[in-house]
Amino acid sequence: MHLLRKYLSSAWQALFGDPVRAFGVVSLILLLALAIAPAKEHFSQWHSFQRKYLALIHDRGDAISLRRRFEPGIHQIWLPELGVVDRCTTCHLGLKEASLADVNQQPFRKHPVVPHPVDGFGCVICHGGQGQATTVAEAHHSERAGEEPILPTRYIESGCGQCHQNSLPGTPQLNLGRSVLARYGCVHCHAITRPDGSKVEATDHPPSLAHIADKSTREWIFSWLKDPQAYAASTTMPNYKLNDSDANDISAYLVSSSKPQAGDSAAPSAKPAAAADPAAGPSLYGESFCVSCHAVQNAAGNLVGGDLGPELTRIGNKANPQWLAAWLENPRVYDATTPMPRYRFTPQQIATLVAFLQAKSDSDYGSGVHLDAASPQQITHGRKLIVELGCAACHEINGVQKPENFAPDLSTIGSKPLAQIVFLPGMEHSLSSYIVAKIRQPRAFGPSVKMPQFTLTASQTDALTTALLALTARSRAIPDKLRVAAVPDSKYQPAGHAGKLIAELACFSCHRFNGRGGDMAPDLTWEGSSVQRQWLGDFLHNPNTLRPSLIRRMPRFNLSDSDNKELTDYILTVYQSPAIDVDLASVATNSPDVVEHGKQLFYSKYACQSCHIVDTKADKGYIGPTLTQVGSRLTPAWVYAWLKNPQALRPGTAEPNQNLSDEDARALTAFLTSQKGPGGRGAKQ
Amino acid sequence: MMRRFTGSMTFGTSAILALLSFAAFAGCKRPAPANAALKATAQGTALVESSGGHQVGVTGTALKDPLVVQVNDDHGTAVPGALVEFQGSAGVSFDPAAVLTDASGQATTAVTLGAIAGRYELNAVTPGKAAPVSLAIVEVALGYQERVGAILADKYCSRCHDSESSPERVSNYDNLEVKPHPFTDGSTLNKMSDADLTSIILHGGPALNRSALMPPYGNTLSASDVKALIAYTRTVSDPPYQPPGTVYERK
Repeated sequence: MHLLRKYLSSAWQALFGDPVRAFGVVSLILLLALAIAPAKEHFSQWHSFQRKYLALIHDRGDAISLRRRFEPGIHQIWLPELGVVDRCTTCHLGLKEASLADVNQQPFRKHPVVPHPVDGFGCVICHGGQGQATTVAEAHHSERAGEEPILPTRYIESGCGQCHQNSLPGTPQLNLGRSVLARYGCVHCHAITRPDGSKVEATDHPPSLAHIADKSTREWIFSWLKDPQAYAASTTMPNYKLNDSDANDISAYLVSSSKPQAGDSAAPSAKPAAAADPAAGPSLYGESFCVSCHAVQNAAGNLVGGDLGPELTRIGNKANPQWLAAWLENPRVYDATTPMPRYRFTPQQIATLVAFLQAKSDSDYGSGVHLDAASPQQITHGRKLIVELGCAACHEINGVQKPENFAPDLSTIGSKPLAQIVFLPGMEHSLSSYIVAKIRQPRAFGPSVKMPQFTLTASQTDALTTALLALTARSRAIPDKLRVAAVPDSKYQPAGHAGKLIAELACFSCHRFNGRGGDMAPDLTWEGSSVQRQWLGDFLHNPNTLRPSLIRRMPRFNLSDSDNKELTDYILTVYQSPAIDVDLASVATNSPDVVEHGKQLFYSKYACQSCHIVDTKADKGYIGPTLTQVGSRLTPAWVYAWLKNPQALRPGTAEPNQNLSDEDARALTAFLTSQKGPGGRGAKQ
Repeated sequence: MMRRFTGSMTFGTSAILALLSFAAFAGCKRPAPANAALKATAQGTALVESSGGHQVGVTGTALKDPLVVQVNDDHGTAVPGALVEFQGSAGVSFDPAAVLTDASGQATTAVTLGAIAGRYELNAVTPGKAAPVSLAIVEVALGYQERVGAILADKYCSRCHDSESSPERVSNYDNLEVKPHPFTDGSTLNKMSDADLTSIILHGGPALNRSALMPPYGNTLSASDVKALIAYTRTVSDPPYQPPGTVYERK
């Protein structure tokens, strides 16, 4: 102790012994203190990256121009409207340098080509992370409260979805995610409001269970509830992992609450033709193009068919034959909003189809299930479970109200703070990994989680995560003018008897009219300008495909002559394009010379035969519609307008706009409208 | 919008240093070897690709199909229980990265490509009886622009330019008198400059004295669409496309 005091006092003497010495020492200390700031900057991480960048460009051919564009110091992109304060460009110095495309060393790589410049949008808006940070650790990996690490590249399209509420051609993953969100019925339970206030609508069609006992048995309901995918691999119904007694009680309530629907139990009035002709069932099923919407598993285990309607692999296990007959007669009696058309089958055809579909059954499916009559306690308990699990959020169930806000609102799930999330052990601490885990195995987050197990592929899960990550607080905070609104289907409804026919035939399920309807078949908004009366009437009676390489999907609806005429008249009168001048390209004035000239243009100058067939013997084009009888199908005015600008009439069509002169377009129209019959190169004048 | 700040930070040197050292530590962190638990019971002498090579994926995402390689012995018969390790350049990940071959001698892994668009050369390595045997596998990752090109190509081009035919999508390739070049045909397309490809797309085959069967897309596709199509073509090209070096002005 004494020794220490002695040393200290001698040190004090040595440093501050006399005023001159004290002044010198204090000056030195001050100098050192002043040097801290520049030294810190010199040793900072971003500064070392800037030095590395200068070293990297030093030997390059365009070093002078690169160095001229290099600015030392911290860079910042500040965009108040987007809420962006990004200093990423302090280290990522080559983002805008096209000549650095060959540099693979981060952080100096050139940014890949995207539609938005970094100066106008910043970085975090797509990549996440902390834009204000100036160290890698803070900017890329921060997990502190209110902060989040940068987004893995595979969810990058969520950035686009913050402003673009519409579907973009360049973001397939985001588009798929949004369609999964709507198709798997997520929004029946989780409300999602877009920034403009509109709601995300479900596109699935969960059946009403109000008359379920007409359609199926309690045993089937039990097996279905236990494992929906065991009945139909492609169903969107999730698995609630119910135990036997719960599934039994739910089936008991559903059957006891079901009210019979008139007509469902009527005995079939005709015997199936199957006994006479075993091929009648399959051929009627094929002719009716059931496969366009319904899939069936083939022997190899692959699903064949569309996904608009339910899978029919084991329909015989599920549907009661009387109900099936009533459904095929008129589906809208059982379900007023079904996308299934009313085919106008004869009783004989219905009997044949019912017999064919009933044979699609699996004797092993549900074979061990025998349920005893339900006790009142079971029925009460079943109702309680239905309320708890939220079954009525999707399905109409007698005696149970549709719950409001059954599950958490997901409108800003993309900005959920990490501090609010309970991560499972061993999980990466990021929002994206939480969402993926929650979609994959919701029940892993605790026994009280009600969310059921969905069956999604890995790419569907990633896409759904992308769509959810796009629902950020930023997307709601930015000004409206910076957002691109979603394009909802219009509420277009055709009027009158024809409107009723269009609804009954469910034309909207496949065709689009005036912004409403499906995309399986051509848009018919301008069909009236396009086709000739005779052809349309014949087509509705007996449809055939126009494109050699397309699978025909349009079914025959067995329309009566008067209904056919009604529909033809309506289409020809109402679906007219104002842009088409009917008198412009009249065929009456076409001389054989003009037709011959058009033929020359068709085969040599424009080489239309690369995609179309006019002469079935010589031409092989396999992409566009066959044109052998285009003269009796399309109106000359439509052909002319189409040749001038195909995209104007049908946006997105693959035929290029060749910028034809009026004269060439007239000659080609003359040649095409002379193609009236099957075979040959048209009328020989 | 760009603002510059120069040395205006005040205190916290030690904190910065600590963060720096943390970053350095985080950077050095290596995943533990995945094959620690795998014990090979057999060794082969050859590796062959079964499936999953030459796929075109998207940056940062898993490839559609798994990569499957097979370990064979001298007689060409499959060897079950041999260890196969998968390696790739930075950013590529394998799930799992090391695997024992199954009863049919095949090793399967799911591949996720890195964040940079382009060709990825992956390697499968098996210890082998005498020396390690390795097999190179090529996969392609498309970035945003290349994928826009791929989507456009699928809509406007591939029906003729791709001879692959399926019942849902019948190819028109065989019907054409003059055969179009597949977009992967690097030996032809690599010799054509971006400007030539642009004018063929915009003005059709006759623009470069080629077949009129190739129609002009100048009024249908935008300039950025054409750039995207060319970027896509360059990325899937086989042999790989080498961009011409930049020509710089002399001082």
